[in-house]
Amino acid sequence: MLNITLVYSTALVLASLGGILSEKSGVENVGLEGLMTVGAFTAAVSVHFMQTHWQLAGTSLWIGVGAAVAAGSLFSLIHAVAAITFKSNQVISGIVINFLAAGSTLYLVKLLFEGSATTDTLSVVFSKVDIPFLSSIPFLGPALFSAYPTTYLALLLVGAVYFVLFKTPAGLRLRATGEHPGAVDTLGISVYRIRYLAVMASGALAGLGGAAITLTTTSNFTYNTISGQGFIALAVMIFGKWNPFGALGAAMFFGFAQAIGSILQIYSWADGIPREYIYMLPYVLTVLVLVGVIGKARPPGAIGKIYDPTAR
Amino acid sequence: MNEAPLAAELVRITKRFPGITANDGIDLRLRKGEIHALLGENGAGKSTLMNILFGLYQPDEGTIRIAGNPVEISNPRRAIELGIGMVHQHFKLVQPFTVTENIILGMEPTKDVRIDYKAAAREVAEISKQYGMYVDPFARIEQISVGMQQRVEILKALYRKADILIFDEPTAVLTPQEIVELLAILKKLAREGKSIILITHKLKEIMEAADTVTVIRRGKVVETLPVAGADPSILAEKMVGRNVSFSLDKRDPSIGSETLTVQDLTCLNAQGQPALNGLSFAVRAGEILGIAGVDGNGQTELVEAITGLRKIESGSIRLNGRDVTGWKPRKVTRAGVAHIPEDRHKHGLVLDFTMSENLVLQTYDQPEFTGKGFLKKNAIDEHAEKLISGFDVRTPSIRTPSRALSGGNQQKAIIAREIDRDPDLLIAAQPTRGLDVGAIEFVHRQLVRHRDRGKAVLLVSFELDEILNVADRIAVIYGGRIVGEVYPRDTNDKELGLMMAGGSTKSGGSELG
Amino acid sequence: MAKYKTDSFLLPIVSIVLGLLCGAVVLLLGGYDPFAAYSALFAKVTGNAYDVGETLRQITPLMLTGLAVAFAFRTGMFNIGVEGQFVMGMTGASLVGILFSLPGYIHAPLAVLAGALFGGLWAAIVGFLKAKRGINEVIVCIMLNWVALYLSNNLIQSLLMEPGQQRSRDVADSASVSIAGLLGFFDNARVHWGMPIALLCVAFFYVYLWKTKQGYELRAIGHSPTAAEYAGMNIPFNMVKTMAISGMFAGLAGAFEVLGVFHYQSVISSLPGYGFDGIAVALLGMNHPFGILLSSTLFGSLNYGSSGMSFATGAPPEVVRIVFGSIIFFIAAQGIVRLLLVKTRVIPGKKVS
Repeated sequence: MLNITLVYSTALVLASLGGILSEKSGVENVGLEGLMTVGAFTAAVSVHFMQTHWQLAGTSLWIGVGAAVAAGSLFSLIHAVAAITFKSNQVISGIVINFLAAGSTLYLVKLLFEGSATTDTLSVVFSKVDIPFLSSIPFLGPALFSAYPTTYLALLLVGAVYFVLFKTPAGLRLRATGEHPGAVDTLGISVYRIRYLAVMASGALAGLGGAAITLTTTSNFTYNTISGQGFIALAVMIFGKWNPFGALGAAMFFGFAQAIGSILQIYSWADGIPREYIYMLPYVLTVLVLVGVIGKARPPGAIGKIYDPTAR
Repeated sequence: MNEAPLAAELVRITKRFPGITANDGIDLRLRKGEIHALLGENGAGKSTLMNILFGLYQPDEGTIRIAGNPVEISNPRRAIELGIGMVHQHFKLVQPFTVTENIILGMEPTKDVRIDYKAAAREVAEISKQYGMYVDPFARIEQISVGMQQRVEILKALYRKADILIFDEPTAVLTPQEIVELLAILKKLAREGKSIILITHKLKEIMEAADTVTVIRRGKVVETLPVAGADPSILAEKMVGRNVSFSLDKRDPSIGSETLTVQDLTCLNAQGQPALNGLSFAVRAGEILGIAGVDGNGQTELVEAITGLRKIESGSIRLNGRDVTGWKPRKVTRAGVAHIPEDRHKHGLVLDFTMSENLVLQTYDQPEFTGKGFLKKNAIDEHAEKLISGFDVRTPSIRTPSRALSGGNQQKAIIAREIDRDPDLLIAAQPTRGLDVGAIEFVHRQLVRHRDRGKAVLLVSFELDEILNVADRIAVIYGGRIVGEVYPRDTNDKELGLMMAGGSTKSGGSELG
Repeated sequence: MAKYKTDSFLLPIVSIVLGLLCGAVVLLLGGYDPFAAYSALFAKVTGNAYDVGETLRQITPLMLTGLAVAFAFRTGMFNIGVEGQFVMGMTGASLVGILFSLPGYIHAPLAVLAGALFGGLWAAIVGFLKAKRGINEVIVCIMLNWVALYLSNNLIQSLLMEPGQQRSRDVADSASVSIAGLLGFFDNARVHWGMPIALLCVAFFYVYLWKTKQGYELRAIGHSPTAAEYAGMNIPFNMVKTMAISGMFAGLAGAFEVLGVFHYQSVISSLPGYGFDGIAVALLGMNHPFGILLSSTLFGSLNYGSSGMSFATGAPPEVVRIVFGSIIFFIAAQGIVRLLLVKTRVIPGKKVS
């Protein structure tokens, strides 16, 4: 229901924020899907072990979040090393991430859970937090002001990423690296360092996005926990024109379009509409909005281009 | 001769790349407060040497001393710390950022965690005033003129307290007036104690502004001498290694009928503003018309309009009497127009294609090269062999990717392709950009040969000397209109420069018949 | 795209070896014997006629989706929508295969054609939007993938349903493209006409791109759209054409799965994955038809053999994905391989500074 779509949007926002950071620094990252997978897996497995072996409840969840963030960040190094240091084609190394993530997470699940392709269901997951007073507002209250902690975290991060990108020196340098790495390099700033950090941050955020799914609604991890959200996050990033608030809007639009489907199911006059057309709605709407309103979205100037400082 | 202390010393600098020794035991001494010119052709090694000084490359042999102390400049950051600043030929500016953002990048003034834009703008305004270089702190790079962009590049170095400033071919994109301004800035900076290295291949600027000149040829220093009392033609000889004639040997043109007639042409640019504003001129068979002007006054749009790549809002273009206004590029080509584009990498060649593939880029769909949908490989290869030998294009084989060729040979290939079609109108836009003297001579000769065959040539160039040497008639473009038409022998740099900057106008073509 | 130098025969081979090594390490870490695992994998692929036939069957859709992705890449577009085009191809084939009743020599080709056309049209939409409105093809592809999924499910459920099951009725015998004669030779492996046709597609790809005028244009646009524009080529039209052809390859892949392998189309809950795998196949094959021939063979064999490996040693079949991902990694980051080869003195080091 509304519940699930908000969680879905949360994960989208987080992953797309990661995508924004990476791409704004000039590194294309089509591996968001894989990074979300790594995060979801790490969260599910680490929390499971903490809850069963150490009897931790609430704290385990936040440690699990931390683990997911760390795992995503580390995993993204594969992409970073290949694309930045070894100057590989960035699309390829992103796809490599997806492959390796899918393979290794499921492999590990089967190893750890006696051949089962699904992790055991977690007994304790995040529950919704009500904002006092505001959540008692009839109708809107529960919908908007009662959400999982991860959702609030995502909203905070949108603001934080925006602030860092557009108000701080680090953000200025990151954006410059994505537009004209030569300018940055000749000013004595390390392009490599900035891009590495950006890619690792994108891994962290995408991992967080994966954890947001596992630790709130699904309560476990299996082969289709992450099936396509990473790619939708790419779409959200482009749709939001590589701007954190834009991505937030796009993710909400998407989640909203999905929610329409659930809402319509309540009304009997909508019974005639085949379910599939309702599922299709967010995707079709996105294309229509793109055609009608957004048009050309301009990616960062140096995106995808390999930066070789020794090239003459 | 002033015996000011040495600001920088490059001693026996050697740098090798696979297949070529770019710098071979080069010595260079830069005194404090002097303007030291580095003169050489494209590919002589000037840029490599300066990249070493700026930390972008490391020398294989040799030492660098700054203010007497031997140093190792391992990266630009170290160079900046040592007080070395570089104003690059191709500006290293972030287009969507503002002037201020570009200048403070990497050294941002902060308030708490945030960038203090107010303080930044203030500091920019201060040094801008101190050195007499006007910039608009809040304008975005993509909005400002080339001259202002260059000033931003200079301010970047000054903001970092550079004492040694390297200028890499700074006048390539400036009007004669802006060049005068820049040289004045250089002299002022020198008076304030800055030491300046000026990389250039333009003798005139060296004679006007430099104190000392080091001539480099093929990676080696030919000579270092004071500018006062030096003879430009001797300098040129040293630069090239042989006798250089500055003027082209050409007959008087024999003019025929009008080939190209442009009437009241109006076109918009990418921002929706009129780039061409009621522009009119004509080119006749057997003549070379040179369009002189500063970059950004409509030349690019003009060429695009004629070749069908840009929409025409109003006005007309006639080719040999036929109305070709608004025709698609392929149709214009078939009607007898050939085009040597100003950006040979972007528009002239598909760099990843082989030479033979590129040499049919305009004609691949003609019956001689395509039959029943299939390419006729033998015909294409023969054609390529013919052009390569006929135009002396140096390439290992016709199967070599064009990317591997030198700029000069790439340009030769393009010219070969276009002239081989024997067009009634040959458009050459910046045809000698980035080429060395030998290649430049070749291009000019080809243009003259083509007009001697009774065809029309439209030459668009930012290099005034080129226009004065090659063109039979000159039209000056400013603000999207032709503001003057003169004959080369009747005019000079100063007058043309004035027209190019919109200073004065000479009436249109009708006076010249 | 990554470019090889002349010492590059070594690169793919070393990368494959390194990839297998990575897989071996992962197996060891999980407590499995890499030798046993790999030999079981190999045995499964080559063991008997049935296995060989099924391996070929596994390779076929990958070859076609790999060609689809590569074709688009060669002409400058990233077709991440092969998934959706594949599904539409299945649907087109099912519709014709189930709803019509025609003599065999018409029905089957028609159904295959329908699959190709459905895929091609689905992709052409993306090309059109990019050409006309400059809309980034990545988003549209991703969106259309899902629309295809739901649309197909809906069409099956409303028109083709097999009562009581989550799939369509069987495709008519006259529409099947199984090669009945060879079925015996391969011991009832599901061999079908798609296999030779996939090979024909490889040949077509090569001839079309490098020997025809249209291919010349597409390659020019892919390498340098600006130069192509100056040469008078019609870029928007070619964008649509490219996507259409790419989508047709994808549609064929789907059509053959329906008409040659399963003989029905299931209602699916998520995208089948052939499209994304096709991206990997294309990239490993350097977007070249012959490279794709080889990389799809490698990947298809690894995939099919993984079940044998799993059966024999208990190792999870996902190891194969790790191996394949690692191979691509080493090819992409060729610097790593080069470094290794220089350090082990296999090739001379070049002095760079």
